[in-house]
Amino acid sequence: MIPGVAGVAVRDAGADDAVGGVRPRWVALPETVEEIAAVLRACAARDLAVVPVGGGTKLHWGAPPDRCDVLLDLCCLNEVLEHAAGDLVVRVQAGVTVAALAAALAAKGQELALDAPYAEDATIGGTLATAPAGPRAFRYGTARDLLIGITVVLPDGTIARSGGKVVKNVAGYDLGKLFTGSYGTLGVVAEATFRLHPLPADRRWITAELGQDDVPPVAARLAAAPAEPNAAEVDRPDPAGPVTLSVLVEGAAAEPRAESLRALVGAGSVSAAPPPWWGRIAGDEVLVEARFPATGTRAVLEAAAGAGLCLRGSVLSGRVLLEPPGAIGASELAGTVSGLRARVEAAGGRVHVLAAPYAGVDRWGQVSALPMMRRVKERFDPGRRMSPGRFVGGI
Amino acid sequence: MLDTLVAALRSLLPQDSVITDPVRLRTYECDGLTYHRATPGVVVLPGTAEQVARVVRLCNDFSVPFVARGSGTGLSGGALPREDGVLIVTSKMRAILEIDLDDRRAVVEPGVTNLAITEAVRDRGYYYAPDPSSQQVCSIGGNVAENSGGAHCLKYGFTVNHVEACEIVTPDGDLVTLDRMDAGYDLLGAFVGSEGTLGIATKITVRLCRAPEAVTTVLAAFESIEQGGQAVSAIIGAGIVPAAIEMMDALAIEAAEAAVACDYPEGAGAVLIVELDGPEAEVAWQFARLREICAGAFELRVAAGAAERAAIWKGRKSAFAAVGRISPAYIVQDGVVPRTSLPGVLAAIDRLSAEHGIRVANVFHAGDGNLHPLVLFDDAEPGAGERAEAVSGAILDLCVEHGGSITGEHGVGVDKRRYMPRMFSEADLDTMQLVRCAFDPRGLSNPGKVFPTPRLCGEVPGVRKGVHPLVESGKADQL
Repeated sequence: MIPGVAGVAVRDAGADDAVGGVRPRWVALPETVEEIAAVLRACAARDLAVVPVGGGTKLHWGAPPDRCDVLLDLCCLNEVLEHAAGDLVVRVQAGVTVAALAAALAAKGQELALDAPYAEDATIGGTLATAPAGPRAFRYGTARDLLIGITVVLPDGTIARSGGKVVKNVAGYDLGKLFTGSYGTLGVVAEATFRLHPLPADRRWITAELGQDDVPPVAARLAAAPAEPNAAEVDRPDPAGPVTLSVLVEGAAAEPRAESLRALVGAGSVSAAPPPWWGRIAGDEVLVEARFPATGTRAVLEAAAGAGLCLRGSVLSGRVLLEPPGAIGASELAGTVSGLRARVEAAGGRVHVLAAPYAGVDRWGQVSALPMMRRVKERFDPGRRMSPGRFVGGI
Repeated sequence: MLDTLVAALRSLLPQDSVITDPVRLRTYECDGLTYHRATPGVVVLPGTAEQVARVVRLCNDFSVPFVARGSGTGLSGGALPREDGVLIVTSKMRAILEIDLDDRRAVVEPGVTNLAITEAVRDRGYYYAPDPSSQQVCSIGGNVAENSGGAHCLKYGFTVNHVEACEIVTPDGDLVTLDRMDAGYDLLGAFVGSEGTLGIATKITVRLCRAPEAVTTVLAAFESIEQGGQAVSAIIGAGIVPAAIEMMDALAIEAAEAAVACDYPEGAGAVLIVELDGPEAEVAWQFARLREICAGAFELRVAAGAAERAAIWKGRKSAFAAVGRISPAYIVQDGVVPRTSLPGVLAAIDRLSAEHGIRVANVFHAGDGNLHPLVLFDDAEPGAGERAEAVSGAILDLCVEHGGSITGEHGVGVDKRRYMPRMFSEADLDTMQLVRCAFDPRGLSNPGKVFPTPRLCGEVPGVRKGVHPLVESGKADQL
């Protein structure tokens, strides 16, 4: 048992609990925010390193931790605490799965417009920690744009909140933004409050096969289209093959708007269901993300094809995921990433390696504000015990 | 100390960029919140980011606090100067550096006005979405500091949702770029809305939005504020997200009529302004629903074009200034409640008003529960100011009791920092302070704003005895 922790379920860790190959000694299963705090206080007293985990679907994202004594499993904090439907706001515990939350909200005709991957198993806490962008980021933004309040537990066990349960609120610093996408390196996300949207009256997808060169001009037309698509995803499972484009239109009069968008794409069919790959990550043993401005679309498509990487993601919000079609070795990956990065950065974009089972790959590239990020980490986690080494600059 | 600093500033900046003349200094003694005043020690008007950085480094060399100011339209005293410090005014940094419609973004200097961005791209069918009511004059740098909203943020979000990157001068005087595209912590998200306490934005990349195909603006007049409130609930309940839903009560309407003759329907207990925008077909569908929902309105006006739309908005947009016509003095309050709590909170404000003999005009962003009660009083009447202050403060308590916020868009500034402990625990505030200490360990960047007497960076939480060192050195007040 973790010394000094009483009343919290703890078990000895097994080989299956390893994080990036680093096996913890214990797995703690707190059931309340206070229990998270109790575990973290005990770990602070004994200099134990902690890695929080939700559904574990993205636990292999980021670098392996420098050390990991305690895996803090948040699966038991799985309640939807408050769904104020009239206010379009929900407050949930971090361990609630994306799918469970979606089901609870749909019962009242609402949704969290995040499109998080691995919805069945991924938790809200893990989704916030890794902040993946879904197809509708173009319309609704990413997790940081929909999060309006957060409760976190700091490495010393301090429980702190920021924001609240109203959408419009500028009182105090927004800790939610800071913790979103922080890969568990600042503390533990315990609860989150989100703004919601009404489920759209109707949805249509326009799906068409395009040549690579046709994608950038079509994407530009879609972004400016009066029919206002909420998402446009591309999928190219064969790096040398054609691109499948699928455009989502939501809301009233979806059918006629879809027809006008189809005309604008110049090809394709309209359906009431998404293509099977929509919003899903195909495989992520090795997963690379490219972010880019609209004018960088062509360069990203060409660079991905040139590097032999499969591509899927949003051409409207400028974020796509890339993965090798088969096994790839450490040095080959490092070379591929550095070539890709040079071309994408020249087009104003960035390349991040979200997942790779290798050391020695430059995962994050240049981060201009890294010194300030180190200072933030130093203030929140002076003992470097929260997911140490997992994020930018070895934070 | 300040004299030596002034000499150094003069060697650094053009002659006309350093102001020490007492008469000219006084023009900067307050922002839009005029009852907090302080004459700045010295005012500088840098023309470049590099100059801002140098000024900040000098402030560090001399351990002198600095405050950034844009157009000075803020309503919480966020740009209140320091008598012992430097006021850095961005009014010379007004260049729109780049407009890139292919990437749907613009890069601007901090002194550019909010509306100037939209004006630069409007004829090509684009606009910058956040629209605070001071948008003709307020600066984008100030918008970033305050995370400004506006009537249309119900659908489109706030400044933080529309800023892609910022070049900032850190409180140490380093030029750093915070970019949403970079990996790492979302420091940009933390910086926007930090009210000048984490540094000064010197270059801002904003997202441009495509103008919607259709806009329908409706004015609905109700006999009572309750009926108006019910209509708002029904709109949200119907799954409609309008671009804006604004409400004014009878007293606010009276003031607007007196000021700008907006010609709102006579006898209205409340008017609702609802703006729908988006694809033509969707707006038409929403409008049909809206008509049904507003069946209880005794008059419904639909703007036929831009001129009529402007006429509908005229009364609403003039409301703050208009109450000057019906009251010698007033306090503009800014609080938020969950939208479903609006009826109860409005009734409670009525009771407060009656108890204290202080009139309150209500103007609010009804869609997101953001209240702007205008607390009216006669400053010539002894004790009236205090009673108005009491009512104004009690309204914030109501907001907190109902799970809301003490500020939806005006910021905490100097005005509301004493209310922060009503909304946040000591642990919450100490945790926010960790961010402050990471950016500004010496506490030189806009000290005395946002937080009640802060801990010193490095100070261990616990019982504090004696006079706080920041209070002793004049950098903070004990609240």
